[in-house]
Amino acid sequence: MKKQLVAVLAISLLATGSAFANKKATDTTPEEDLKVYRDYFMKKFPGVPLNEFQNGVYAIDKVSRDSWEAIEEFPPYEPMIEEGEEMWNKPFANGKTYSSCFPDGPAQRKNYPRWDAKRKMVVTLPMMVNECREKNGEKPLKWAKGPITRILSYMAYESRGQKTHVVIPKGDADALAAYNDGKSFYFARRGQLNFSCASCHVESAGQHIRTDILSPALGQTTGWPVYRSKWGELGTLHRRFKGCNKQVRAKPFKPQHRQYRNLEYFLTHMSNGIEYNGPSARK
Amino acid sequence: MRSSAIITTAAACVITLAGTFGGMSMATAGASSSVDFGKKTAFNRKKGNCLACHAIAGGVSPGDIGPPLVAMKARFPDRNKLRAQIWDATANNPNSRMIPFGRHKVLSEKEIDAVVDFLYTL
Ligand code: HEC
Ligand code: HEC
Repeated sequence: MKKQLVAVLAISLLATGSAFANKKATDTTPEEDLKVYRDYFMKKFPGVPLNEFQNGVYAIDKVSRDSWEAIEEFPPYEPMIEEGEEMWNKPFANGKTYSSCFPDGPAQRKNYPRWDAKRKMVVTLPMMVNECREKNGEKPLKWAKGPITRILSYMAYESRGQKTHVVIPKGDADALAAYNDGKSFYFARRGQLNFSCASCHVESAGQHIRTDILSPALGQTTGWPVYRSKWGELGTLHRRFKGCNKQVRAKPFKPQHRQYRNLEYFLTHMSNGIEYNGPSARK
Repeated sequence: MRSSAIITTAAACVITLAGTFGGMSMATAGASSSVDFGKKTAFNRKKGNCLACHAIAGGVSPGDIGPPLVAMKARFPDRNKLRAQIWDATANNPNSRMIPFGRHKVLSEKEIDAVVDFLYTL
Protein backbone atom coordinates (compact mmCIF):
# COMPACT_ATOMS: atom_id res chain seq x y z
CA MET A 1 0.00 0.00 0.00
CA LYS A 2 2.69 2.43 0.99
CA LYS A 3 4.84 1.41 -1.98
CA GLN A 4 1.95 2.07 -4.31
CA LEU A 5 1.42 5.49 -2.84
CA VAL A 6 5.05 6.36 -3.38
CA ALA A 7 4.86 5.29 -7.00
CA VAL A 8 1.68 7.28 -7.64
CA LEU A 9 3.20 10.34 -6.05
CA ALA A 10 6.35 10.04 -8.10
CA ILE A 11 4.38 9.63 -11.31
CA SER A 12 2.30 12.69 -10.66
CA LEU A 13 5.43 14.66 -9.89
CA LEU A 14 7.00 13.46 -13.12
CA ALA A 15 3.89 14.29 -15.05
CA THR A 16 3.81 17.82 -13.71
CA GLY A 17 7.43 18.00 -14.53
CA SER A 18 10.14 19.87 -12.80
CA ALA A 19 8.36 19.63 -9.47
CA PHE A 20 10.33 16.45 -9.39
CA ALA A 21 13.38 18.62 -8.95
CA ASN A 22 11.84 20.13 -5.84
CA LYS A 23 11.66 16.66 -4.43
CA LYS A 24 14.91 15.37 -3.02
CA ALA A 25 16.71 12.80 -5.17
CA THR A 26 17.04 10.64 -2.07
CA ASP A 27 13.25 10.30 -1.65
CA THR A 28 12.96 7.36 -4.04
CA THR A 29 15.17 4.34 -4.62
CA PRO A 30 16.76 3.40 -7.94
CA GLU A 31 14.34 0.44 -8.25
CA GLU A 32 11.34 2.71 -7.74
CA ASP A 33 12.76 5.20 -10.23
CA LEU A 34 13.28 2.52 -12.85
CA LYS A 35 9.64 1.49 -12.68
CA VAL A 36 8.27 5.03 -12.60
CA TYR A 37 10.33 6.29 -15.56
CA ARG A 38 9.65 3.24 -17.67
CA ASP A 39 5.91 3.35 -16.99
CA TYR A 40 5.83 7.06 -17.75
CA PHE A 41 7.37 6.62 -21.21
CA MET A 42 5.52 3.41 -22.07
CA LYS A 43 2.29 5.23 -21.28
CA LYS A 44 3.30 8.34 -23.16
CA PHE A 45 4.18 6.31 -26.27
CA PRO A 46 1.73 3.41 -26.29
CA GLY A 47 2.56 0.60 -28.68
CA VAL A 48 6.31 1.26 -28.62
CA PRO A 49 7.97 -1.88 -27.20
CA LEU A 50 10.54 -1.28 -24.46
CA ASN A 51 13.52 -2.33 -26.55
CA GLU A 52 12.52 -0.01 -29.41
CA PHE A 53 13.43 3.00 -27.23
CA GLN A 54 17.07 2.22 -28.10
CA ASN A 55 16.44 4.06 -31.37
CA GLY A 56 15.79 7.44 -29.78
CA VAL A 57 13.56 9.75 -31.74
CA TYR A 58 13.17 7.13 -34.50
CA ALA A 59 11.25 4.93 -32.08
CA ILE A 60 8.48 7.51 -31.85
CA ASP A 61 8.38 9.36 -35.17
CA LYS A 62 7.46 7.54 -38.35
CA VAL A 63 8.56 10.24 -40.76
CA SER A 64 12.12 10.64 -39.52
CA ARG A 65 12.33 6.89 -39.06
CA ASP A 66 11.94 6.26 -42.77
CA SER A 67 14.92 8.38 -43.78
CA TRP A 68 16.94 6.98 -40.90
CA GLU A 69 16.29 3.41 -42.01
CA ALA A 70 17.59 4.32 -45.45
CA ILE A 71 20.76 5.70 -43.85
CA GLU A 72 21.25 2.60 -41.71
CA GLU A 73 21.33 0.46 -44.86
CA PHE A 74 24.72 1.94 -45.69
CA PRO A 75 25.78 3.12 -42.26
CA PRO A 76 28.19 6.08 -42.25
CA TYR A 77 29.95 4.59 -39.21
CA GLU A 78 30.84 1.28 -40.86
CA PRO A 79 34.45 2.15 -41.84
CA MET A 80 35.04 3.41 -38.28
CA ILE A 81 34.15 0.01 -36.84
CA GLU A 82 36.86 -1.48 -39.05
CA GLU A 83 39.37 1.15 -38.00
CA GLY A 84 38.49 0.32 -34.40
CA GLU A 85 39.08 -3.36 -34.99
CA GLU A 86 42.54 -2.55 -36.35
CA MET A 87 43.26 -0.50 -33.24
CA TRP A 88 42.12 -3.38 -31.08
CA ASN A 89 44.48 -5.83 -32.78
CA LYS A 90 47.49 -3.57 -33.27
CA PRO A 91 50.09 -4.08 -30.52
CA PHE A 92 51.13 -1.09 -28.40
CA ALA A 93 54.85 -0.16 -28.41
CA ASN A 94 55.33 -2.63 -25.55
CA GLY A 95 53.92 -5.47 -27.65
CA LYS A 96 50.68 -5.86 -25.67
CA THR A 97 47.21 -5.11 -27.00
CA TYR A 98 43.90 -3.92 -25.59
CA SER A 99 43.02 -7.51 -24.76
CA SER A 100 45.64 -7.40 -22.00
CA CYS A 101 43.18 -5.08 -20.19
CA PHE A 102 39.98 -6.74 -21.44
CA PRO A 103 40.74 -10.48 -21.34
CA ASP A 104 37.08 -11.27 -22.13
CA GLY A 105 37.42 -9.54 -25.47
CA PRO A 106 35.97 -6.38 -26.98
CA ALA A 107 32.30 -7.03 -26.11
CA GLN A 108 32.48 -4.92 -22.94
CA ARG A 109 29.48 -2.62 -23.25
CA LYS A 110 27.32 -4.41 -20.68
CA ASN A 111 29.93 -3.89 -17.97
CA TYR A 112 29.87 -0.07 -18.03
CA PRO A 113 29.17 2.35 -16.50
CA ARG A 114 30.00 0.55 -13.29
CA TRP A 115 30.47 1.54 -9.66
CA ASP A 116 34.07 0.90 -8.60
CA ALA A 117 33.85 0.37 -4.85
CA LYS A 118 37.61 0.56 -4.29
CA ARG A 119 38.05 3.86 -6.08
CA LYS A 120 34.66 5.07 -4.88
CA MET A 121 33.70 6.37 -8.28
CA VAL A 122 31.73 5.56 -11.41
CA VAL A 123 33.97 4.17 -14.13
CA THR A 124 33.00 4.30 -17.80
CA LEU A 125 34.11 2.39 -20.87
CA PRO A 126 36.01 5.32 -22.47
CA MET A 127 37.82 5.76 -19.18
CA MET A 128 38.85 2.10 -19.14
CA VAL A 129 40.12 2.39 -22.71
CA ASN A 130 42.37 5.31 -21.81
CA GLU A 131 43.53 3.74 -18.57
CA CYS A 132 44.52 0.67 -20.57
CA ARG A 133 46.56 2.82 -22.93
CA GLU A 134 48.33 4.65 -20.12
CA LYS A 135 49.08 1.41 -18.30
CA ASN A 136 50.82 0.27 -21.47
CA GLY A 137 52.82 3.44 -21.93
CA GLU A 138 50.58 4.99 -24.61
CA LYS A 139 49.13 8.48 -24.64
CA PRO A 140 45.43 8.70 -23.70
CA LEU A 141 43.04 9.57 -26.52
CA LYS A 142 40.92 12.72 -26.59
CA TRP A 143 37.51 12.00 -25.03
CA ALA A 144 34.88 13.47 -27.30
CA LYS A 145 35.71 12.55 -30.90
CA GLY A 146 38.38 11.11 -33.17
CA PRO A 147 40.27 7.83 -32.56
CA ILE A 148 38.49 7.05 -29.26
CA THR A 149 35.19 6.79 -31.15
CA ARG A 150 36.80 4.20 -33.47
CA ILE A 151 37.78 1.80 -30.73
CA LEU A 152 34.48 2.43 -28.94
CA SER A 153 32.58 1.73 -32.17
CA TYR A 154 34.27 -1.61 -32.54
CA MET A 155 33.61 -2.52 -28.91
CA ALA A 156 29.99 -1.35 -29.17
CA TYR A 157 29.49 -3.31 -32.37
CA GLU A 158 30.84 -6.47 -30.78
CA SER A 159 28.51 -5.84 -27.82
CA ARG A 160 25.32 -5.41 -29.85
CA GLY A 161 22.46 -7.29 -28.27
CA GLN A 162 23.86 -7.16 -24.75
CA LYS A 163 21.36 -5.79 -22.28
CA THR A 164 21.87 -2.65 -20.24
CA HIS A 165 22.42 -3.77 -16.69
CA VAL A 166 23.62 -0.99 -14.42
CA VAL A 167 23.88 -1.97 -10.77
CA ILE A 168 23.71 0.38 -7.82
CA PRO A 169 25.17 -1.99 -5.22
CA LYS A 170 22.84 -2.50 -2.26
CA GLY A 171 24.13 -1.09 0.98
CA ASP A 172 26.84 1.02 -0.66
CA ALA A 173 26.00 4.58 0.40
CA ASP A 174 28.63 6.10 -1.88
CA ALA A 175 27.29 4.35 -4.95
CA LEU A 176 23.78 5.52 -4.12
CA ALA A 177 25.08 9.05 -3.58
CA ALA A 178 26.70 9.02 -7.05
CA TYR A 179 23.43 7.82 -8.59
CA ASN A 180 21.47 10.50 -6.73
CA ASP A 181 23.96 13.14 -7.80
CA GLY A 182 23.33 12.17 -11.43
CA LYS A 183 19.60 12.24 -10.81
CA SER A 184 19.64 15.68 -9.18
CA PHE A 185 21.67 16.99 -12.09
CA TYR A 186 19.13 15.56 -14.52
CA PHE A 187 16.19 17.33 -12.92
CA ALA A 188 17.85 20.63 -12.02
CA ARG A 189 17.24 23.67 -14.17
CA ARG A 190 20.35 25.34 -15.42
CA GLY A 191 21.73 27.88 -17.84
CA GLN A 192 20.43 31.26 -18.85
CA LEU A 193 17.56 29.49 -20.62
CA ASN A 194 16.61 27.68 -17.42
CA PHE A 195 16.06 24.13 -18.69
CA SER A 196 16.67 20.84 -16.96
CA CYS A 197 17.49 17.74 -19.00
CA ALA A 198 14.04 16.54 -17.96
CA SER A 199 12.31 19.67 -19.31
CA CYS A 200 13.21 18.47 -22.78
CA HIS A 201 13.61 14.68 -22.61
CA VAL A 202 10.97 13.78 -20.00
CA GLU A 203 8.28 16.45 -20.05
CA SER A 204 8.58 17.43 -23.72
CA ALA A 205 9.62 14.06 -25.17
CA GLY A 206 7.90 13.61 -28.53
CA GLN A 207 7.21 17.32 -28.92
CA HIS A 208 8.81 19.66 -31.44
CA ILE A 209 11.34 22.23 -30.43
CA ARG A 210 11.29 24.14 -33.66
CA THR A 211 11.78 21.32 -36.19
CA ASP A 212 13.57 18.89 -33.85
CA ILE A 213 11.57 16.17 -32.18
CA LEU A 214 12.74 15.57 -28.63
CA SER A 215 13.76 11.99 -27.89
CA PRO A 216 12.66 10.29 -24.67
CA ALA A 217 15.28 9.87 -21.94
CA LEU A 218 14.51 6.16 -21.93
CA GLY A 219 16.95 4.39 -24.23
CA GLN A 220 19.17 7.41 -24.84
CA THR A 221 22.35 5.66 -23.71
CA THR A 222 22.35 2.48 -25.78
CA GLY A 223 23.50 3.62 -29.23
CA TRP A 224 26.85 5.26 -28.55
CA PRO A 225 29.09 6.29 -30.11
CA VAL A 226 26.76 8.12 -32.48
CA TYR A 227 27.44 9.34 -36.00
CA ARG A 228 25.61 12.66 -36.24
CA SER A 229 25.08 14.25 -39.62
CA LYS A 230 25.38 17.61 -37.90
CA TRP A 231 28.82 16.65 -36.58
CA GLY A 232 29.76 14.88 -39.80
CA GLU A 233 31.54 12.33 -37.64
CA LEU A 234 31.22 10.16 -34.57
CA GLY A 235 30.97 11.53 -31.04
CA THR A 236 30.76 10.13 -27.54
CA LEU A 237 27.87 10.35 -25.08
CA HIS A 238 29.67 12.99 -23.06
CA ARG A 239 30.09 15.08 -26.20
CA ARG A 240 26.31 15.08 -26.44
CA PHE A 241 25.97 16.01 -22.76
CA LYS A 242 28.20 19.01 -23.43
CA GLY A 243 26.15 20.02 -26.45
CA CYS A 244 22.87 19.82 -24.54
CA ASN A 245 24.35 21.88 -21.69
CA LYS A 246 25.64 24.52 -24.10
CA GLN A 247 22.40 24.98 -25.97
CA VAL A 248 20.71 26.19 -22.78
CA ARG A 249 23.69 28.55 -22.31
CA ALA A 250 24.99 26.63 -19.31
CA LYS A 251 28.68 26.05 -18.76
CA PRO A 252 29.42 22.49 -19.85
CA PHE A 253 31.68 20.12 -17.94
CA LYS A 254 34.66 18.33 -19.45
CA PRO A 255 33.95 14.84 -20.79
CA GLN A 256 34.53 12.23 -18.07
CA HIS A 257 34.21 14.85 -15.34
CA ARG A 258 32.70 13.31 -12.20
CA GLN A 259 29.45 15.15 -12.86
CA TYR A 260 29.03 13.59 -16.31
CA ARG A 261 30.04 10.13 -15.10
CA ASN A 262 27.39 10.31 -12.38
CA LEU A 263 24.90 11.56 -14.95
CA GLU A 264 25.77 8.61 -17.21
CA TYR A 265 25.33 6.25 -14.26
CA PHE A 266 21.84 7.58 -13.55
CA LEU A 267 20.75 7.85 -17.18
CA THR A 268 22.03 4.42 -18.21
CA HIS A 269 20.37 2.76 -15.23
CA MET A 270 17.05 4.12 -16.49
CA SER A 271 17.51 1.95 -19.61
CA ASN A 272 18.18 -1.31 -17.78
CA GLY A 273 16.87 -4.21 -19.85
CA ILE A 274 17.23 -2.36 -23.18
CA GLU A 275 19.80 -3.78 -25.60
CA TYR A 276 22.97 -1.97 -26.59
CA ASN A 277 22.96 -1.14 -30.31
CA GLY A 278 25.91 1.16 -30.94
CA PRO A 279 27.27 2.61 -32.99
CA SER A 280 24.28 4.35 -34.50
CA ALA A 281 23.34 7.24 -36.76
CA ARG A 282 21.40 10.37 -35.89
CA LYS A 283 20.43 13.56 -37.62
CA MET B 1 20.42 60.41 -37.00
CA ARG B 2 18.26 63.01 -35.33
CA SER B 3 15.03 61.70 -36.73
CA SER B 4 15.72 58.15 -35.56
CA ALA B 5 16.28 59.44 -32.03
CA ILE B 6 12.88 61.10 -32.21
CA ILE B 7 11.24 57.91 -33.34
CA THR B 8 12.79 55.97 -30.47
CA THR B 9 11.52 58.53 -27.98
CA ALA B 10 8.09 58.42 -29.52
CA ALA B 11 8.06 54.66 -29.39
CA ALA B 12 9.08 54.73 -25.75
CA CYS B 13 6.16 57.09 -24.99
CA VAL B 14 3.70 54.84 -26.70
CA ILE B 15 4.99 51.84 -24.78
CA THR B 16 4.61 53.69 -21.49
CA LEU B 17 1.11 54.74 -22.41
CA ALA B 18 0.22 51.27 -23.57
CA GLY B 19 1.59 49.95 -20.30
CA THR B 20 -0.74 52.26 -18.43
CA PHE B 21 -3.86 51.75 -20.49
CA GLY B 22 -3.56 48.13 -21.43
CA GLY B 23 -4.16 46.80 -24.94
CA MET B 24 -5.38 50.01 -26.53
CA SER B 25 -5.15 50.79 -30.19
CA MET B 26 -1.60 51.56 -31.18
CA ALA B 27 -2.00 52.64 -34.76
CA THR B 28 0.68 55.32 -34.62
CA ALA B 29 3.99 55.45 -36.45
CA GLY B 30 5.98 54.93 -33.24
CA ALA B 31 3.99 51.87 -32.21
CA SER B 32 4.26 50.16 -35.55
CA SER B 33 8.05 50.43 -35.48
CA SER B 34 7.93 48.89 -32.03
CA VAL B 35 5.72 46.13 -33.42
CA ASP B 36 8.29 45.48 -36.14
CA PHE B 37 11.10 45.43 -33.63
CA GLY B 38 9.05 43.10 -31.40
CA LYS B 39 8.39 40.74 -34.27
CA LYS B 40 12.09 40.66 -35.17
CA THR B 41 12.98 40.01 -31.55
CA ALA B 42 10.39 37.26 -31.22
CA PHE B 43 11.49 35.48 -34.40
CA ASN B 44 15.27 35.89 -33.99
CA ARG B 45 16.78 32.56 -32.91
CA LYS B 46 19.38 34.33 -30.78
CA LYS B 47 16.74 36.49 -29.05
CA GLY B 48 13.17 35.38 -28.30
CA ASN B 49 13.20 32.33 -30.56
CA CYS B 50 9.52 32.02 -29.64
CA LEU B 51 8.97 29.82 -32.71
CA ALA B 52 10.99 27.10 -31.02
CA CYS B 53 7.88 26.43 -28.94
CA HIS B 54 4.94 28.43 -30.35
CA ALA B 55 3.14 28.65 -33.66
CA ILE B 56 2.93 32.35 -34.57
CA ALA B 57 1.33 33.80 -37.69
CA GLY B 58 4.08 34.75 -40.15
CA GLY B 59 6.62 32.32 -38.71
CA VAL B 60 7.68 29.07 -40.38
CA SER B 61 8.19 25.56 -38.93
CA PRO B 62 7.25 26.30 -35.33
CA GLY B 63 7.60 23.89 -32.42
CA ASP B 64 4.62 22.75 -30.34
CA ILE B 65 5.81 22.80 -26.73
CA GLY B 66 3.69 25.86 -25.95
CA PRO B 67 0.22 26.82 -27.26
CA PRO B 68 -0.18 28.71 -30.57
CA LEU B 69 -0.05 32.45 -29.95
CA VAL B 70 -3.35 33.68 -31.35
CA ALA B 71 -6.05 36.17 -30.32
CA MET B 72 -3.76 37.65 -27.73
CA LYS B 73 -5.89 40.70 -27.01
CA ALA B 74 -8.92 38.60 -26.25
CA ARG B 75 -6.99 36.19 -24.09
CA PHE B 76 -4.79 38.70 -22.34
CA PRO B 77 -6.81 41.89 -21.91
CA ASP B 78 -4.44 42.82 -19.09
CA ARG B 79 -1.16 43.91 -20.64
CA ASN B 80 0.73 43.42 -17.39
CA LYS B 81 -0.28 39.79 -17.27
CA LEU B 82 0.96 39.19 -20.78
CA ARG B 83 4.22 40.96 -20.05
CA ALA B 84 4.64 38.95 -16.85
CA GLN B 85 4.25 35.69 -18.79
CA ILE B 86 7.24 36.67 -20.90
CA TRP B 87 9.27 38.27 -18.13
CA ASP B 88 9.06 35.14 -15.95
CA ALA B 89 6.54 32.40 -16.78
CA THR B 90 7.68 30.42 -13.75
CA ALA B 91 6.21 33.06 -11.40
CA ASN B 92 2.73 32.00 -12.50
CA ASN B 93 3.54 28.33 -13.11
CA PRO B 94 6.67 27.10 -11.31
CA ASN B 95 6.84 24.12 -13.67
CA SER B 96 6.67 26.20 -16.82
CA ARG B 97 9.13 25.16 -19.49
CA MET B 98 9.07 28.67 -20.91
CA ILE B 99 12.30 30.63 -20.60
CA PRO B 100 12.16 33.46 -18.00
CA PHE B 101 13.17 36.05 -20.59
CA GLY B 102 13.23 39.03 -18.22
CA ARG B 103 14.40 37.42 -15.00
CA HIS B 104 17.30 35.72 -16.75
CA LYS B 105 18.03 38.78 -18.91
CA VAL B 106 17.63 36.84 -22.16
CA LEU B 107 15.75 39.88 -23.47
CA SER B 108 16.06 43.51 -22.36
CA GLU B 109 13.08 45.35 -20.85
CA LYS B 110 12.76 47.31 -24.08
CA GLU B 111 12.76 44.13 -26.16
CA ILE B 112 10.07 42.59 -23.96
CA ASP B 113 7.87 45.68 -24.32
CA ALA B 114 8.22 45.47 -28.08
CA VAL B 115 7.42 41.75 -28.10
CA VAL B 116 4.24 42.51 -26.17
CA ASP B 117 3.32 45.18 -28.74
CA PHE B 118 3.85 42.60 -31.45
CA LEU B 119 1.81 39.93 -29.64
CA TYR B 120 -1.16 42.32 -29.45
CA THR B 121 -1.27 42.38 -33.26
CA LEU B 122 -1.87 38.60 -33.30
C1 HEC C 1 16.41 22.70 -24.76
C2 HEC C 1 16.19 21.33 -24.98
C3 HEC C 1 17.18 20.31 -24.46
C4 HEC C 1 17.72 20.18 -23.20
C5 HEC C 1 17.50 21.07 -22.00
C6 HEC C 1 18.53 19.00 -23.23
N1 HEC C 1 18.49 18.43 -24.46
FE1 HEC C 1 19.34 16.64 -25.00
N2 HEC C 1 18.68 16.92 -26.91
C7 HEC C 1 17.93 17.98 -27.37
C8 HEC C 1 17.70 17.84 -28.79
C9 HEC C 1 16.89 18.81 -29.67
C10 HEC C 1 18.34 16.64 -29.18
C11 HEC C 1 18.37 16.02 -30.60
C12 HEC C 1 17.08 15.30 -30.85
C13 HEC C 1 16.90 14.15 -29.90
O1 HEC C 1 17.44 13.07 -30.13
O2 HEC C 1 16.26 14.35 -28.85
C14 HEC C 1 18.93 16.07 -27.96
C15 HEC C 1 19.61 14.86 -27.92
C16 HEC C 1 20.12 14.28 -26.76
C17 HEC C 1 20.75 12.98 -26.70
C18 HEC C 1 20.96 12.05 -27.89
C19 HEC C 1 19.83 11.11 -28.07
C20 HEC C 1 20.07 10.18 -29.22
O3 HEC C 1 19.26 9.26 -29.39
O4 HEC C 1 21.05 10.33 -29.95
C21 HEC C 1 21.10 12.76 -25.40
C22 HEC C 1 21.81 11.53 -24.83
C23 HEC C 1 20.69 13.93 -24.65
N3 HEC C 1 20.09 14.83 -25.50
C24 HEC C 1 20.87 14.08 -23.28
C25 HEC C 1 20.59 15.26 -22.59
C26 HEC C 1 20.99 15.51 -21.23
C27 HEC C 1 21.71 14.54 -20.33
C28 HEC C 1 20.59 16.78 -20.92
C29 HEC C 1 20.86 17.59 -19.70
C30 HEC C 1 22.21 17.75 -19.31
C31 HEC C 1 19.88 17.30 -22.08
N4 HEC C 1 19.92 16.36 -23.09
C32 HEC C 1 19.26 18.53 -22.14
C33 HEC C 1 17.43 19.02 -26.60
C34 HEC C 1 17.69 19.21 -25.25
C1 HEC D 1 11.01 26.44 -24.55
C2 HEC D 1 9.66 26.68 -24.79
C3 HEC D 1 9.12 28.07 -24.93
C4 HEC D 1 9.67 29.19 -25.51
C5 HEC D 1 11.02 29.34 -26.19
C6 HEC D 1 8.68 30.24 -25.38
N1 HEC D 1 7.58 29.76 -24.74
FE1 HEC D 1 5.86 30.79 -24.37
N2 HEC D 1 5.06 29.14 -23.45
C7 HEC D 1 5.68 27.92 -23.33
C8 HEC D 1 4.81 27.02 -22.60
C9 HEC D 1 5.12 25.56 -22.25
C10 HEC D 1 3.63 27.74 -22.30
C11 HEC D 1 2.38 27.24 -21.55
C12 HEC D 1 2.16 27.98 -20.25
C13 HEC D 1 3.32 27.87 -19.29
O1 HEC D 1 3.81 26.77 -19.05
O2 HEC D 1 3.78 28.92 -18.81
C14 HEC D 1 3.84 29.07 -22.84
C15 HEC D 1 2.90 30.10 -22.77
C16 HEC D 1 3.03 31.33 -23.36
C17 HEC D 1 2.01 32.36 -23.36
C18 HEC D 1 0.63 32.21 -22.74
C19 HEC D 1 -0.25 31.63 -23.78
C20 HEC D 1 -1.59 31.20 -23.27
O3 HEC D 1 -2.46 30.98 -24.11
O4 HEC D 1 -1.75 31.05 -22.05
C21 HEC D 1 2.51 33.43 -24.04
C22 HEC D 1 1.79 34.74 -24.33
C23 HEC D 1 3.84 33.07 -24.47
N3 HEC D 1 4.12 31.80 -24.05
C24 HEC D 1 4.67 33.91 -25.19
C25 HEC D 1 5.98 33.58 -25.57
C26 HEC D 1 6.87 34.49 -26.24
C27 HEC D 1 6.49 35.90 -26.68
C28 HEC D 1 8.06 33.84 -26.40
C29 HEC D 1 9.35 34.35 -26.98
C30 HEC D 1 9.82 35.63 -26.58
C31 HEC D 1 7.89 32.51 -25.85
N4 HEC D 1 6.62 32.41 -25.35
C32 HEC D 1 8.87 31.54 -25.85
C33 HEC D 1 6.92 27.57 -23.81
C34 HEC D 1 7.81 28.44 -24.44
